[in-house]
Amino acid sequence: MAEPGAWKFDAVDAPEADRMMECIHCGLCLAACPTYRELKLEMDSPRGRIYLMRAVAEGRIPMAEAFIRHMYLCLDCRACESACPSGVSFEHLVEGSRGQIQRRTEGLPGLVQPILRLVLNGLFPHPGRLELLADLLRLYQVSGLQRLVRSLHLIPPALRLGDELLPPNLPRSERRPPGSSLPPAGPPRAVAAFFTGCVANSLLATVTQATVHVLRAGGCRVLVPEQACCGALHIHAGFRDVAKGLARRNIEAFLASGADLIVTNSAGCGAELKEYRYLLREDPAYAEKAEAFSARVRDVSEVVTEFPPEALRPVPERVAYHDPCHLAHAQQIRKQPRELLRRIPGLELLEIENPDWCCGSAGIYNLLQPAMALRLLDKKIDTIAAVRPSLVATGNPGCILQIGYGMRRRGLQARVVHPVELLARACP
Amino acid sequence: MVEARIVRELTALLGPERVVGDPHDLIVYECDGLTLERATPGVVVLPETAEEVARIVKIAHREQLPFVARGAGTGLSGGCLDLGGGIIISMARMDRILEVDFDSRLAMVEPGLVNLWLTNAVSKHGFLYAPDPSSQSACTIGGNVAENSGGPHTLKYGTTTNHVLGLEVVLPDGEIVWLGGRVQDRPGYDLTGVFVGSEGTFGIATKVVVRLLPAPEAVLTMLGVFETMDDAGNTVSQIIREGIVPAALEIMDQLTTQAVEDYIHAGYPRDAGAVLLVELDGPRAGMALQADRITRICRENHAREVRIAKDDEERQKLWKGRKSAFGAYGRITPNFYVMDGVVPRTRLPEILRQIEEIGARHGLRIANVFHAGDGNLHPMVLYDGRIPEQTSRALQCGEEILRACVDLGGALTGEHGIGVEKQNFMPMMFSPADLAAMERLKQVFSPDNLCNPGKIFPNPSHHGETTQRMPGIPGGAWI
Ligand SMILES: Cc1cc2nc3c(=O)[nH]c(=O)nc-3n(C[C@H](O)[C@H](O)[C@H](O)COP(=O)(O)OP(=O)(O)OC[C@H]3O[C@@H](n4cnc5c(N)ncnc54)[C@H](O)[C@@H]3O)c2cc1C
Ligand code: SF4
Ligand code: SF4
Repeated sequence: MAEPGAWKFDAVDAPEADRMMECIHCGLCLAACPTYRELKLEMDSPRGRIYLMRAVAEGRIPMAEAFIRHMYLCLDCRACESACPSGVSFEHLVEGSRGQIQRRTEGLPGLVQPILRLVLNGLFPHPGRLELLADLLRLYQVSGLQRLVRSLHLIPPALRLGDELLPPNLPRSERRPPGSSLPPAGPPRAVAAFFTGCVANSLLATVTQATVHVLRAGGCRVLVPEQACCGALHIHAGFRDVAKGLARRNIEAFLASGADLIVTNSAGCGAELKEYRYLLREDPAYAEKAEAFSARVRDVSEVVTEFPPEALRPVPERVAYHDPCHLAHAQQIRKQPRELLRRIPGLELLEIENPDWCCGSAGIYNLLQPAMALRLLDKKIDTIAAVRPSLVATGNPGCILQIGYGMRRRGLQARVVHPVELLARACP
Repeated sequence: MVEARIVRELTALLGPERVVGDPHDLIVYECDGLTLERATPGVVVLPETAEEVARIVKIAHREQLPFVARGAGTGLSGGCLDLGGGIIISMARMDRILEVDFDSRLAMVEPGLVNLWLTNAVSKHGFLYAPDPSSQSACTIGGNVAENSGGPHTLKYGTTTNHVLGLEVVLPDGEIVWLGGRVQDRPGYDLTGVFVGSEGTFGIATKVVVRLLPAPEAVLTMLGVFETMDDAGNTVSQIIREGIVPAALEIMDQLTTQAVEDYIHAGYPRDAGAVLLVELDGPRAGMALQADRITRICRENHAREVRIAKDDEERQKLWKGRKSAFGAYGRITPNFYVMDGVVPRTRLPEILRQIEEIGARHGLRIANVFHAGDGNLHPMVLYDGRIPEQTSRALQCGEEILRACVDLGGALTGEHGIGVEKQNFMPMMFSPADLAAMERLKQVFSPDNLCNPGKIFPNPSHHGETTQRMPGIPGGAWI
């Protein structure tokens, strides 16, 4: 064989042929796709990507350089799923394809592959290491080292964006002893097991605190079971086996907690937790448990609109809301976060143009594909700047970091917060 | 394959990001929304200006390579296929709105602009761009011009040709000219009218001046529920007979409403033989009265329920259901083949009966959704391409349906164009003399026949040679 790479998908956890057939090639997804809007190349459109997958399944093209590039330039933002009249589960197809690429080929070119492996396999599955890293990063900022390193241009280009993404003045990470159970503020209405999420927990501790606060204020008993990373980044990258291990750990822990609801404040994690049922569909020991688990998962905005805290204080801010892809497209949650913000007296909710267009964060996409990520970010910031907000609200840690960076880069003052942080401010 | 030397020249002109030459990439350009017909292009280029288009066309002309424009590739007749291993000129990057003039009620846009984006851009000023094909969230203005596309609102507002004032065109020899301009009814030949609907065979549009309309003051959407298609069809005839001009009149049969309901829960009844969607728009005054008249007409034709959408949300849902019909079929059948026939409105009940017969004879289910006000039908032949003879039976059904339409005094296509799909049916409608006259007109624009060759006119060798038909693996559903 002339090219490196592999031919045809094998049978293991492959993108399903029947699912590919659901694509009727109508093209209605094209204008919804961020990479197509930027490049206008059909290989980098949802329909084109599915066509390429079919071509691999048929043995017309190999899983090699071109195919791999188009699969990994996809943000897995799932905007195409919102646009598709035929109900194609694009996510399952692209993630299945990446799983095959990771298992059967040498993966991504250059240094990206080993770095990906190190970060995803060496770091995220281990909460201890993540916290250590967060502490080191904080030290890096507080000590003035960040300023020094930046001024001496010591950061290799691949890590530069990662460095820029760090919010200034990192708060201390939230280390609640696992197993804690926090009573509701008023009469008990539900028991919520809180899935804290790695990034929020280690880099955005105020979001974690606010989430616990508003859940309790709305009448939830909040449990914090011992937990693992949700595995979303692993699945996006194609490391399906690692993700399955993480999923099994979480399923055991959360089902054992006995909570009615499994709540997360991270759109990315929530979308993945709701997909455990698909991830483990072929695992006889876990398929049923995964179903039960996924059925209980809620985004925090769903829970607080159902169990809203009462007697809110005014929060006089002009707030621009950005729809995270993994809320709007993956979970079809658009109304609840807005409703949550509208409940707050004095708060003016501003609608930006194309609020559900991707900001380019997409898990760790911004680190892997910085050029595309920045193009999308710039467009997002334009639409935000146009409404002159005093704050930006969005319900996903990745988006908070990404848009925060975009705002700083353009010298814009408005900070980026999670909607629950605003609710917490309003909630005595 | 296009010679490497030519690909190099194109790359020097446009840069590597705007030239697609890798055979592993090119396959995504081998079909449009109609995957029945496929042909892999030689090379795909993405110009950003009219001058670049002209340079590309001149290269093609010099090398005697065929070339064809491509918009979003949502076409349903294989119009943007490159049958000759030449150059696909993707207009997708030319997607700017160059000028909006509300006083003159027009906009000048580039042809790669997505149809809906134009309306989105002007709606906050109270305007809209009227042609609204169901594919409007993705298809391009240039593609609409080439196909003279219509939509549900064609009944009241007409097709694309009624909304294009002028065009900048790169002719097949590379010359840049203007047809029409900023005003309607200019002296001389109506060359804009000639170009619109020419299916990409007369040149490549690089700027389009379109009319903008003020958005109607009020819009009202109604749903009539009927036991039979005949009752729904008769209602349509009576509405028009009584002189009411709704903005849209759309009928869906039971197979369609069931598929749509399974998918998006638009609020259609599952057990009704047919539903009729009526939209009224215009000044608020008098609208309620019109709605009453329509309700009465529905009742006189045995409607079992007539409902007015109570708010914008319900309205949008009903329309989303209608516009998602094609997609929804994908969930009830492995493959489908959509037809685009036209009959005089009064013959609707007759053609529907014939379609049912044709389906029964071939043992295939046929769903129906159509722009009833225009007599423009979209019968959808449902089949399973994995069963070999089903594909040929579906094609046979299609041919018989179109023949029946023509026999009833109708036409082969209402809005999807002839392309490669229906080229061999042209003699059903046109005599050799008619076709020769059209051929002569094409010669005027494209004497070398390099601009989108192999389309529209009958081609006996097609169906087996020019395009690959349906390779082994079952594809998705074919719109
Ligand atoms: C789900 C679905 C629903 C649809 N509903 C409708 C409908 O309601 N009404 C309707 O009329 N059609 C409908 N269509 C068909 C299709 O969307 C239209 O024909 C549309 O106008 C094609 O636009 P496009 O940009 O995708 O063009 P393409 O498919 O890319 O090209 C179509 C033709 O236009 C030519 N062309 C493209 N750009 C230019 C240019 N700049 N200059 C010259 N020629 C050019 C091409 O060469 C080709 O011949 C539907 C299609 C789908 C998939
Ligand atoms: S997931 Fe996002 S980037 Fe990927 S194909 Fe779909 S819309 Fe495009
Ligand atoms: S919208 Fe859905 S069915 Fe249509 S081309 Fe895209 S993925 Fe396929």
